Amino acid sequence: MRPGATPHRRVVACMGTVFSFDVRAPGVDSAALDEAIGWLHWVDATFSTYSPQSEISRLARRECAVTDCAPEVAQVLAECARLHAATDGYFTDTPFGTLDPSGYVKGWAIERVSDMLRAAGSVNHCVNGGGDVQCVGVAAAGRPWHIGIADPLRRGHYAAVVAGTNAADLAVATSGSTERGAHIAGPDGRPAAGAFASITVVGPSLAFADAFATAAYAMGRRAGDWLEALDGYDGYAVLPNGRTWATGRLAAEGSGAPRAA
Amino acid sequence: MKRVILSVVGTVAGLVALLSFKAQGHPLPTAGPLPSAGLPAPSPTPAPSNSAGSGATSGPGSQSAAKGSGGTSAASAARTVMGNAVETQYGIVQVQVTVTGTHIDNVSFVQLQAFDGRSQQINSQAAPILLQETVAAQSAHIDSVSGATFTSDGYVQSLQSALDQVGIR
Repeated sequence: MRPGATPHRRVVACMGTVFSFDVRAPGVDSAALDEAIGWLHWVDATFSTYSPQSEISRLARRECAVTDCAPEVAQVLAECARLHAATDGYFTDTPFGTLDPSGYVKGWAIERVSDMLRAAGSVNHCVNGGGDVQCVGVAAAGRPWHIGIADPLRRGHYAAVVAGTNAADLAVATSGSTERGAHIAGPDGRPAAGAFASITVVGPSLAFADAFATAAYAMGRRAGDWLEALDGYDGYAVLPNGRTWATGRLAAEGSGAPRAA
Repeated sequence: MKRVILSVVGTVAGLVALLSFKAQGHPLPTAGPLPSAGLPAPSPTPAPSNSAGSGATSGPGSQSAAKGSGGTSAASAARTVMGNAVETQYGIVQVQVTVTGTHIDNVSFVQLQAFDGRSQQINSQAAPILLQETVAAQSAHIDSVSGATFTSDGYVQSLQSALDQVGIR
């Protein structure tokens, strides 16, 4: 444990949503947490599609080239291209015809601030950005992180709980239309049909889990087979009629009890 | 026209250099191996035997469509430029860039071998995960909440804000 390291709870408005930092014992320096939050705001300023002067907005208007932007812009676009290929085209950084890597940026940024905290000495923390969660370590000695999945059909209730079973990194990302309306497009550029009330993807990396959840939502009925074949990541879906399904380890090790409709 | 092509090549070289830089020292947290499902099969064409992270891979690569434009078409025509295959610690990566004039329209990977021994090992060590539904979910001690992205206003009414309030007090 480093001198000055303490547990922290911090809530920060950024990227049009709210980020919750939960750093548990032994904790981290306040300065390191401030630095991570400062970086998050820099990401917002650089990648915001709402700000006309952000690098991503200028790039979309072709006022500059990728090479004129911060190196992170090229890194993000390269990762988006990789994910485009890995999701059969369902994940895209041009969802409605204009450059908009937002579907990747938030999950990537959350995972990266989590790694910044780890680099600063934190071993147990959880960063939640608007409902996408990256956990490191454990919640307490002998108790893994427990992440509730919000019930998309009953506000204020949980549909299920995901728990890590050891201290391995745990990422949980959920896509749905409940909070922001339809905002995910299929490869044809049209808004994705509502095959799911919400779909959650669980795995070690939030950047991937978030992009895979977005892609799975856009895939609709195909998503189950696709997630089942995905190595290291599993899915949990709540359908509009209240039925649920899960893939892989989520299905194999879950309680399996059908949810009350 | 030549100037345009040169700048395009420079951009591709820059991207490829960036990728090989990524493989050295401080990998991005998100630059890990992609899971295998849905990945295109590795190209049967053997990649040049560049050693990992050598940085000596930023040559011009092949410019199939760029040369094909013959200097007659306007700079606004979209062209595709292929980068060299680069071996990184995450596997072999080859970039294809579509450009209009000097602007990059699209970046894609024509070759992608995401796995090596180390990443397989990491995958096999991934934590098993439990899922509890219904009654258990309502009564379990929950640390954080995943759901469709909420707005700043929506946060106020969210389960997460309740957890944060409890934790901060």
